[in-house]
Amino acid sequence: MGKTLYEKVWEAHEVRKLRNGQSQLFIDLHLLHEVTSPQAFGMLKDLGLRVRYPHRTFATVDHIVPTHDRTEPFQDPLAQSMLEALRANTREHGITFFDLGSGNQGIVHVIGPQLGLTQPGMTIACGDSHTSTHGAFGAVAFGIGTSQVRDVLATQTLAAQKLKVRRINVEGKLSPGVYAKDVILHIIRHLGVKGGLGYAYEYGGSAVEAMDMESRMTLCNMSIEGGARVGYVNPDETTFQYLEGRPYAPKGPEWEEAKKRWLSFRSDPDAHYDDVVTFRAEEIAPTVTWGITPGQAIPIDGRIPLLEELPEEERPVAEEALAYMGFKPGQPIKGVPIQVAFIGSCTNARLSDLREVARYLKGHKVKKGVRALVVPGSEWVAKKAEEEGIAEVFREAGFEWRMPGCSMCLAMNPDRLEGDELCASSSNRNYKGRMGSPRGRTVLMSPLMVAAAAVAGEIADAREVFGVVGAR
Amino acid sequence: MLEKFTVIRGRAVPLRGEDIDTDRIIPARFMKVLTFEGLGQYLFYDERFDEKGNPKPHPLNDPRYQGATILLVESGFGSGSSREHAPQAIKRAGFRAIIGESFAEIFFGNATAIGLPCVTLAPEDLGVLFQRVEEDPSLEIEIDLVNKEVRFGDRVAPLFLREEAREALVEGLWDPIGELLEAGELLDQFDQKLPYPRRAE
Repeated sequence: MGKTLYEKVWEAHEVRKLRNGQSQLFIDLHLLHEVTSPQAFGMLKDLGLRVRYPHRTFATVDHIVPTHDRTEPFQDPLAQSMLEALRANTREHGITFFDLGSGNQGIVHVIGPQLGLTQPGMTIACGDSHTSTHGAFGAVAFGIGTSQVRDVLATQTLAAQKLKVRRINVEGKLSPGVYAKDVILHIIRHLGVKGGLGYAYEYGGSAVEAMDMESRMTLCNMSIEGGARVGYVNPDETTFQYLEGRPYAPKGPEWEEAKKRWLSFRSDPDAHYDDVVTFRAEEIAPTVTWGITPGQAIPIDGRIPLLEELPEEERPVAEEALAYMGFKPGQPIKGVPIQVAFIGSCTNARLSDLREVARYLKGHKVKKGVRALVVPGSEWVAKKAEEEGIAEVFREAGFEWRMPGCSMCLAMNPDRLEGDELCASSSNRNYKGRMGSPRGRTVLMSPLMVAAAAVAGEIADAREVFGVVGAR
Repeated sequence: MLEKFTVIRGRAVPLRGEDIDTDRIIPARFMKVLTFEGLGQYLFYDERFDEKGNPKPHPLNDPRYQGATILLVESGFGSGSSREHAPQAIKRAGFRAIIGESFAEIFFGNATAIGLPCVTLAPEDLGVLFQRVEEDPSLEIEIDLVNKEVRFGDRVAPLFLREEAREALVEGLWDPIGELLEAGELLDQFDQKLPYPRRAE
């Protein structure tokens, strides 16, 4: 019986068994940001410990960074103190820090892949649940809490429990105007937000194989929204082409050796999976959420479900969602007015996301009264977008072009919703209060759908707004 | 020496709702801190207080449940963000254990690692427990991690907890740092064996 990538990576990194039966797992790459690390450094100090292998940890600042004006000190002294703490901690322990203005600062899950830090066959941990993003490269990557950040700093290992593996096939060809974001929303809609508990998700099938790396990152990013702590795609030629020449990728003779090693981690054709689920790519439409969990999603031309159409156990949350969102059962989602449009976050703020939107947005204007923001995922993405004229397309259309950070996705910075504003968002969570206002409302969708909503002033079908060629 | 969790006794607060995410447990704006101290006061802040800071009807604001040390929840509790601030806020608000139908993966790990047991009951038993606590907030509950049962009134309900987590809690091994450090030179072998990202000269 063959093995999955997950099992192979696990076996290569299992240091030993712990007394309670868990495994001590070695972590190849540890990523840090300013929100979940200061307490870990504090605990380290209390225990009189040092960072054991500082060459395996890289840090950046993303959650608390203002995106409109980065002049220091920030207006928010708490935000400034978090930045200062990370600067001091990384300096003290000899950790590479991609600071503001370094050219490499950005959302931690955007810069890891962009710099070539993220590589196949690695174990990757970060105090952030969207660490699953890095699974796009065939890495086993997952979010950890602050106490575990301490464990990794002190030992480069953590106590872990092996997950089961569910293979998710997406077979066929995605229709024009349908993106990886729609695929993952569709998957979560069908498997549920708790469906992935206890599982790592292995994504495959012809539609996934055809995706570029940045689409695969979007797909893996939201595994956690489906309850799966880990999501990954087996490495292939697309992976290698993306990595080749990146600053931290192997070079010269090491490159060929690395490719061989990486391929060896691919799941075997006869690997055993604990579960297999298959979706048809052609059945996936541009998908949007209507509620307060990422699983409450429907195709853009669909209607918000009637309570009696839902399984009984889903009805209480559906009722709560309807009340919070101010929606009626059975109403179409298309045509709901929006006040804010947000393109950004670790899910969808990469260069290919912005390129794709700019391709269609040219010549269109954001509807009067809509506040539209685009927040590039990193300083590098922002620079490339300027060079390619993409930034200008957004500005010309009436979007505010911001500086890189997590921005409105979780509103730990000045970007947030006010009152009960409704935001069309390319981010990953539509939880109550997520975007900073306790009454703020989030509708998740692909970046192109956000642009369409911004132009129409309401939730709209991007295929119609922009006349996407070949769309059904 | 870490605390050994064998039997936890106390009253409970019933907190209904499925898929309660960590953003609700502790909104992100309260994470602009350098320590976990004082986080307990922000537990479920936006559900407990309106925009002016006035208390809203919520089990955690209900005087009948003051002093309770067990949090009663439904399924999918702690989904979303990996923020350890969530279990830290629960613990620092005075809770010693959580009883629910199911827990999100990262939340469960974070809670266990700080000595906050999250135990699962079968839906039927959990339903009865919710009902009894809502009828009688003074109901005493015993979570027995050794005999793997939850006792309340005349009822004994089997509890479920992943064996490795249960053992860690009962034996006082829930903070793994000591044992991880014991690996010593074995760690150096792995560091030398496994590649790490290096910037080309």
